[in-house]
Amino acid sequence: MKTVNTTDTSKRKFLGGAAAVAGIAIAPGVLLQTVNAKPDNEAVSNKVRWGMLIDTNKCGDGCTDCVTACNTENGLTGFERPETDSQWIRKLTLKDKQTGHVQTLPVMCQHCETAPCVDVCPTGASFKREDGIVLVDKHICIGCRYCMMACPYKARSFVHEDLQDQKDHAPRGKGTVESCTMCVHKVDNGENPACVTACNKEHKAMYFGDLNDANSEISKRLKQYGGKQIRADLGLNPGVRYQGV
Amino acid sequence: MVLWFRKNLQNIMLAAIAMLLATSVNVNAEVVAPVVPKGKGEQCVEPTDVMRKNHMEMLKHQRDETMHNGIRTKKHALKECIACHVQEDEKGQVARFGDDGHFCSSCHNYAGVNVDCFQCHADRPQELIGKGHKIKPHHTADFKDKAINKEALQALTEVSK
Ligand code: SF4
Ligand code: SF4
Repeated sequence: MKTVNTTDTSKRKFLGGAAAVAGIAIAPGVLLQTVNAKPDNEAVSNKVRWGMLIDTNKCGDGCTDCVTACNTENGLTGFERPETDSQWIRKLTLKDKQTGHVQTLPVMCQHCETAPCVDVCPTGASFKREDGIVLVDKHICIGCRYCMMACPYKARSFVHEDLQDQKDHAPRGKGTVESCTMCVHKVDNGENPACVTACNKEHKAMYFGDLNDANSEISKRLKQYGGKQIRADLGLNPGVRYQGV
Repeated sequence: MVLWFRKNLQNIMLAAIAMLLATSVNVNAEVVAPVVPKGKGEQCVEPTDVMRKNHMEMLKHQRDETMHNGIRTKKHALKECIACHVQEDEKGQVARFGDDGHFCSSCHNYAGVNVDCFQCHADRPQELIGKGHKIKPHHTADFKDKAINKEALQALTEVSK
């Protein structure tokens, strides 16, 4: 199938300029944010590939801070119907039957480089931004849910019911599919995704950054310690990597 | 006097006809415009007549730029329209989309044009979310008796040169 790419590449011509570094120094040498924020009027580029690294050895058993932070940030209020309520991130528990070793890890949209959800979407609503973030353009989503079937990570949800009180930075509505946006509204603003910020308060198991930048913390960690892809056999090159699984 | 009257009869008749004509023209041209709540700011990002006619184009352009290219400029962003145009009234009430008192609905109800924006997007500034009654996001407003006449439509959408 032909990939529908609505991204206008001509917009990238003014990307030569250096991106401003949004680092808020609270004291000399101490940075609150280390993510590069682009100017508001600059289009995203494929020079950057946003990714996450999750160290499952540090992930707290029973901790759901990342899930709560995601729900709060994106206004994912449920209807007490777990079967159909939207879920952008969930905690999985893995138990080794032989040894009894238990691990927990968060799983969200893996922001695949060759995303099956994008491949199957008949309208072009499911798309990958130049910087690797996979999104649904709900203006053109027809709610067919092909992408939900195609996603090997069960990362997507369908909104079944009328919603009230959505957040102004996270529009969501009945009849469309949605999934983790990597908190794109925050990322564009030079901030970390909400789950990463929440995790960093206690367990510090999640890292966010630019996989294309060899000097970013995430790239250095991945280079030094390695990081696994879930279902690497599928060859999707996801932007979310795990250590300790 | 009689002489004067006779002499001027023609003029008086003409004047009367002119007056009558003027009144009837006035009646036809009278436009009952919708009552649009005032924004918070002094001046809109574009001239009012341009906004009236072209706001949908600007919003759509901005929507695609933001969604696909991550352009986050504020000038033509729906969020900023709402932040300026939807405010609490003196009683602390906030109008919801669908109410005549809501900035967007004040015109859209009047013109009988339904939009789907607020099935997903916030119809109030972030700090007012949770306030006000619930809306039926898939509602169809009752546009009976609200049909707009051609002159009114023209007056509302004409862009000055
Ligand atoms: S994890 Fe699923 S939803 Fe996310 S990019 Fe991959 S296929 Fe698409
Ligand atoms: S549900 Fe929407 S995003 Fe998913 S495949 Fe269908 S049109 Fe595309």
